[in-house]
Amino acid sequence: MKELKIFGIVAIFTLVLYWGVEPFAHSQMHKHVEGNGFVYDGKADIEEAKTAKKDEKAKAKEAFWANVAKVSKIKGDVAAGEAGFATCMGCHMEGGVNMGGVIPPVLDHAGALYSKNYLIALIKDPAMASNVDHKYADTMTHPMGSIKAMMADDQQIADVVAYLMAKKAGEVTTKEAFTEACSRCHAMRYAKTTQLGDTPTFKYEKDTLAHKIKVIDEQNLVKAYMGKLPPDLSIIIRARGHHFMETFVENPQSQLPGTSMPRVGLSHEGYEKVHAYMTEIGDPSKPAREELGPKVILFFIIFTGLAFLWKKSRWKGHY
Amino acid sequence: MAHFEKANSIGEWLDQRLAVETLKKVMQTEYWIPKNINFLWAMGMVLAATFGILVVSGIFLLMYYKPDTNLAFDSVNYTIMSEVGYGWLWRHVHGVGASLVFLIIYIHMFTGIYYGSYKKGRELIWLSGMGLFVAFSAEAFSGYMLPWGQMSYWAGMVITNLFSGGSLEAYGLVEWIRGDYVPADAFLTRFFMLHVFLLPLVIIGLIVLHFGTLRIPHVNNQDGEEFDYAEAAELYKAGKVKESKVIPFSPVFLSKDVFVMGVYFILFFYLVFYHFEFAMDPVNFDPADGLKTPAHIYPEWYFLWSYEILRPFSKDLGLVAFAIAQVIFFMLPFLDRSPNVAPASRRGLFKYWFWAMLIDVIVLTFMGKLPPTDALFANIGLVSAILFFVLWIALPFITKIEKKL
Repeated sequence: MKELKIFGIVAIFTLVLYWGVEPFAHSQMHKHVEGNGFVYDGKADIEEAKTAKKDEKAKAKEAFWANVAKVSKIKGDVAAGEAGFATCMGCHMEGGVNMGGVIPPVLDHAGALYSKNYLIALIKDPAMASNVDHKYADTMTHPMGSIKAMMADDQQIADVVAYLMAKKAGEVTTKEAFTEACSRCHAMRYAKTTQLGDTPTFKYEKDTLAHKIKVIDEQNLVKAYMGKLPPDLSIIIRARGHHFMETFVENPQSQLPGTSMPRVGLSHEGYEKVHAYMTEIGDPSKPAREELGPKVILFFIIFTGLAFLWKKSRWKGHY
Repeated sequence: MAHFEKANSIGEWLDQRLAVETLKKVMQTEYWIPKNINFLWAMGMVLAATFGILVVSGIFLLMYYKPDTNLAFDSVNYTIMSEVGYGWLWRHVHGVGASLVFLIIYIHMFTGIYYGSYKKGRELIWLSGMGLFVAFSAEAFSGYMLPWGQMSYWAGMVITNLFSGGSLEAYGLVEWIRGDYVPADAFLTRFFMLHVFLLPLVIIGLIVLHFGTLRIPHVNNQDGEEFDYAEAAELYKAGKVKESKVIPFSPVFLSKDVFVMGVYFILFFYLVFYHFEFAMDPVNFDPADGLKTPAHIYPEWYFLWSYEILRPFSKDLGLVAFAIAQVIFFMLPFLDRSPNVAPASRRGLFKYWFWAMLIDVIVLTFMGKLPPTDALFANIGLVSAILFFVLWIALPFITKIEKKL
C-alpha cells in the first residue's frame, strides 16, 4: 500500500511536469487563431483591416465580400458557364508555363477542391479573394488581375462557377489535390516533385542536369514573385500542428501577417485531401505504427504479468 | 602455469578459467541488497535498461545516418523514416528513450536526496551519479544536433555562444569549439563523434564506477538503517529469509526490478507508438537555416530548469548563476551537515527543503519554456531562480541545527 502511495506521488509530479512543458507551454507560445471552417465570407479579412486601422480598406473589403455573397445566390447556368470557361483555358491548362511569377493552376478538379464562394471571389478580384491585396498597389497587377476586366458580369461569373462545380469535380486523388492546390509553389522532395511536377528519371546525366536547371529557373521566378522560395512541404505535417495547418491554409494572414502566400480557397473536403497527402508523404509510418503498436503493448502487458508472478514466487516467505 | 584438471561440463570448464562460480556469487547470488526498499530502488536497473535500448536503437540509426550538413536532415527524416524497414521505430524509440532517461534520472536523483543516500560513506555514489547526469546531458545535447533541423542549429548556436563568457567576449573559444564561425559541417561532425563514440564510452565507464561505488557502503534502505550485512547474509544463507534484513541481488531483487521494468516498458512503448511528439520537437522538422531564427528557442524539457536560471539575470550574472547551477548538485554531500541518514520526512527542516527544492525545480522547468516577454512569467522565473540559490545557501545551516536521530 505504501508503495502505491509513493507511486501515486511520482505519477502526479510527472503528469504535472508534462502538463507544464507540453500543453500549457504550447498554449502560451502560439497565439490562438479561430478558424472559419473553410467558409470564405471575408470575415477575417475585414477584421484584419479594421485592426490595422485601415478603415477605407475595411469598407472596400466589406463591399467586396457582400458582392460575392450576392453573386453566390444567383443561379448559374452550366451550359453557359462552359462557354465562359473558354476564357480561362488559355492559361489554366495541363503543362502550363509560368505567367507573372507562377504557373496558372490546373482546374481539372476545381469544383471538388475549392469552395464555391472563393471561386466567385477569385474571378471578381483575385488579390482580394486570396487576401494578398497588400502586395499590389492596384489589384489589377495581380497575375490574374486582368480577369476583372474580362469577366465583369455577375451572371457570367455565376455560370462559370456553376460549370466548375458541376463538371470539374469528380473523384480526386490525394496527390492530385496537392498537386493542383499547392505544388506550383511548393516542392515536395520526399515525393520527388518540384514546381514543375514529378521529377522524371533520365538515362543520361546531361538530361538530369538540364531538368534541374529548368526547375531552378522556375523556382527563381516563383522566388522573385513571392519574395522567397516557398518551403518544401515534405514533412510540414510534423513541423506544424494540425490546428496551425488548418487555419493557415484557410487564411495565411491569420498566422503569418503580411505573408505573400495567397489563400488558396480549399473547401473542407479539399483540405482533407491535401492533408491526407501531406500525411502520406510526411508521416509514412502512421499505418505501420497503428499496426504494430497494440501488439508490442500487449506483449509488455503479458511480460509484466509474468514478471509479477515471478516476483511473487521469489519473494514468498520473505515477509 | 596453473594446473588444470579435465572439466566435466562447459560450466566447470569456464569456472576453471574464469571463476564464473565466484563471479556469479559476488555479482549476483551473494550480492546483498537490503530488503526494506520500495520500487524506487528499481530505477537504477530501469536506467541501465533504458541506456541499453538507447545503445541498440542508436546502433541501428548509425547505420543510415549521414553526418554532413547537406545530407543529415534527409538521412534522418527521409531515409530512416521512409526507406529503412522499421527505421521509424528505431528513431522513435531513440527519441522517446532520450527523453525518458532524464525523467528516470531525475526520479533516481530525488529518491537519493529524499532518503539521504549521499551521506557519509556514500559520497562517491552520489558524485559518480552526478557525473553520469552531466555525461548524459552532454550526450543528449550532442545527439540533438544530429538531425540538423532548426532547433539543432539554433540550440547549437545558443549553447556554444555561452562559452564566450559574457563580458569576457571569448569568441576565439567559441570558434574553437565550433570549428567555424557558425555551426556548420565541422561542428556537426565533431558532435557526431562525441555522440556516437566518446561520450558513450565515458558513460559506460561511469556506469561501471557507479556500480563499483555501491559495493562497499551498500545500497541505502527506506529507513536509512545501518546494520551488519555479514550477519544478515549468514541468516539468509541459513534459510532464515524472513528474519534476515537482506536479499540477494539475483534472483530476488532482480525479480522485482524486472516487474518494475515491465510497467515502465508499457509506458515507454505507449509513448513510442502513440505519443512520441513530446520528445520530438516540431521545430526540428524544419531544416536548419542560419538566416531564419525560430520564434522561440528553448531546450528540451530536461534542461529547462537550468536554462531558466540563466535567463532572468543580466548577461554576466546569468552565466555565473548558470555555471553554479550546473555543479551545485555535486556539492550536496558536503553542504548537508547533518549526520542523519533517514527519509526527509523524519529530518525536521530538511523535509521542507526537499519539497521546496523539488517544486522550485519544476516551476523553473515550466518557466524555462514560456516566452520571457510575458512579465508575469519572467517574474515567476526570477523569483524561482533566486529561491534556488537561497535554498542551497540555507542547506548547511538548516542541516547543522537538525536534531540527531
